[in-house]
Amino acid sequence: MKICVLVKEVPDAAVQKKIDPSTGRMDRSGEKNLNPYDTHAIEAAMQLKESGAMAVDEVVAVTMGPDSAERALHKAVSLGADRSIHLADDSLAGSDVAATGYALSKVLEKEAPDLVLLGQQSDDGECYTIGAVVADHLKFPSLTQVIKIDVDGGTKLRAERQAEYGYDTVEINLPAVISVGDAINEPRYPSLKAIMGAKKKPLEKVSVGDAGIDASKVGGDNSAAQWTGSIEPPKKEAGRIIEDEDTSETVEQIVAWLDERKLI
Amino acid sequence: MANILVYALQYEGAFNKNSLGAVSEAAKLAAELGGEAHAIVVGQGVSDDLAGTLGNYGATKVLNVEGPEGLAQPVVDAMAAAISAGDYGYAIFGGGLLGFEVGAGLAARLGAGVAMEITAVRAEGGKLVAERPILGDSAISQISFRSDLGIIISRLNAFEIKETGGTAAVESLSVEFSPFSGQATMITRGEQRGADVDIEGADVLIAGGRGLGAEEGFELCEALAGAFGGNSAVAATRAVVDAGWFPYAGQIGQTGKTVAPKLYLAAGISGAIQHKVGMQGAEHIVAINKDANAPIFEFSDLGIVGDLNKIMPKLTEAVKAKKGA
Repeated sequence: MKICVLVKEVPDAAVQKKIDPSTGRMDRSGEKNLNPYDTHAIEAAMQLKESGAMAVDEVVAVTMGPDSAERALHKAVSLGADRSIHLADDSLAGSDVAATGYALSKVLEKEAPDLVLLGQQSDDGECYTIGAVVADHLKFPSLTQVIKIDVDGGTKLRAERQAEYGYDTVEINLPAVISVGDAINEPRYPSLKAIMGAKKKPLEKVSVGDAGIDASKVGGDNSAAQWTGSIEPPKKEAGRIIEDEDTSETVEQIVAWLDERKLI
Repeated sequence: MANILVYALQYEGAFNKNSLGAVSEAAKLAAELGGEAHAIVVGQGVSDDLAGTLGNYGATKVLNVEGPEGLAQPVVDAMAAAISAGDYGYAIFGGGLLGFEVGAGLAARLGAGVAMEITAVRAEGGKLVAERPILGDSAISQISFRSDLGIIISRLNAFEIKETGGTAAVESLSVEFSPFSGQATMITRGEQRGADVDIEGADVLIAGGRGLGAEEGFELCEALAGAFGGNSAVAATRAVVDAGWFPYAGQIGQTGKTVAPKLYLAAGISGAIQHKVGMQGAEHIVAINKDANAPIFEFSDLGIVGDLNKIMPKLTEAVKAKKGA
């Protein structure tokens, strides 16, 4: 069986994120890292493989993004993926979530995975949605925000997640698309050896043409949702910040603050 | 292309509050566009009487579809069928997990544009423009659609519920579900994990997040809530509920409760948007976190950068002393 894990490069959490005022797109310069949620998806794939719950032959990391996104793939293989695929093409820049999901689904179609895993959200924007877009194009069943996966007889999964009314348990036949929440596991740290070896694992570069993507459906200008401008949110008065140095004094200040507002 | 279709999520005979808000918003917008707001319900044996109650929120027509509950893909099938047979320019979802899944699947199915985390929508020149706060709500993007159908997925609690006293015509719609929609089956739905705690009526909420470090960290929250006494309670984030540290009934945010206490004190909570949407209506927000860059400080009235293990016990004693004074 083959598991494909969708990964994404995002600005490092410590970097102040900003928007390019001329395009409304995120300014993606500066330090980047593998989306933290995606490390849980890779870990989930590795646990399925290593536990023997599924006969996994191969774990393949797939990303779409500029040249720098290669580093996210290196990180993914250092965490255990066997090889990686980088969908890179200038014409993809600025694709919205629907166009991105379509493009990724074309790469996945060629790989014909039994299971597609991804993180439930990315640190830099799109929430919960890319898995559902990919699944509809692939015509696979899907579930997002999954926090537990059990394999049932090798061809079925039992997945648990928290939804609007409590915890749901859903049985899903493979092939399927599952996005995982951060509660599903504690991702491992890559060993030094794995980090050193990551660049030696196969990395395939794929263009829009290679993947059979209809170029008229991708890229910023072709995306159906268009950014048309930005506005400033109403300013909220900044709150007061206390750096705790002397805790007794800090607590005195908190109590005085609460008392002034008649909250005690 | 002037009508708007709204997905109305129902469970055990009641509609989700966010869906009702979305119906109200759609009714307002449709009137501005010169069209109507319709709703679609997917479920097992949903009565026409229940479906018809959506008329009271501004829907003029409700499509009642017999199909599996709690899963997104059958709803995508149903909405795609309704949209191809009808005259719709927009589909609106009232946030929540299923709204995100259905909206995104529908965008893929129909080649439609999708805008998510939307907090406001306005009609402009016969079209809808959606507003999405980004970058920790420090800027708002405006999004419009160049596709025949625009899909708008709101943030939780974005739209106000308005009762109109109106009525809706209910029509059954029979849908042929996609083969892959049938590849997922609900085994158990809505399981309540942990004790039944009541946080919605509390005036003072002491909420704990992953920064508590362990399940035992909630003892600090319980002690502080006890010191406030009266109508106070302890609540939690999704992360710690998923980790099994606290009951689901006490969870605030996207897939939990929405609260608006007089005082909300967050201990070890970073303030992710999925949490913020459930508590930003609190009158006073106090946050204790050791990470000075935690997003929660952006919307706290009082923020304390420090170790909660040192601060909470002393604060508990000081609140007790103050109450005793």
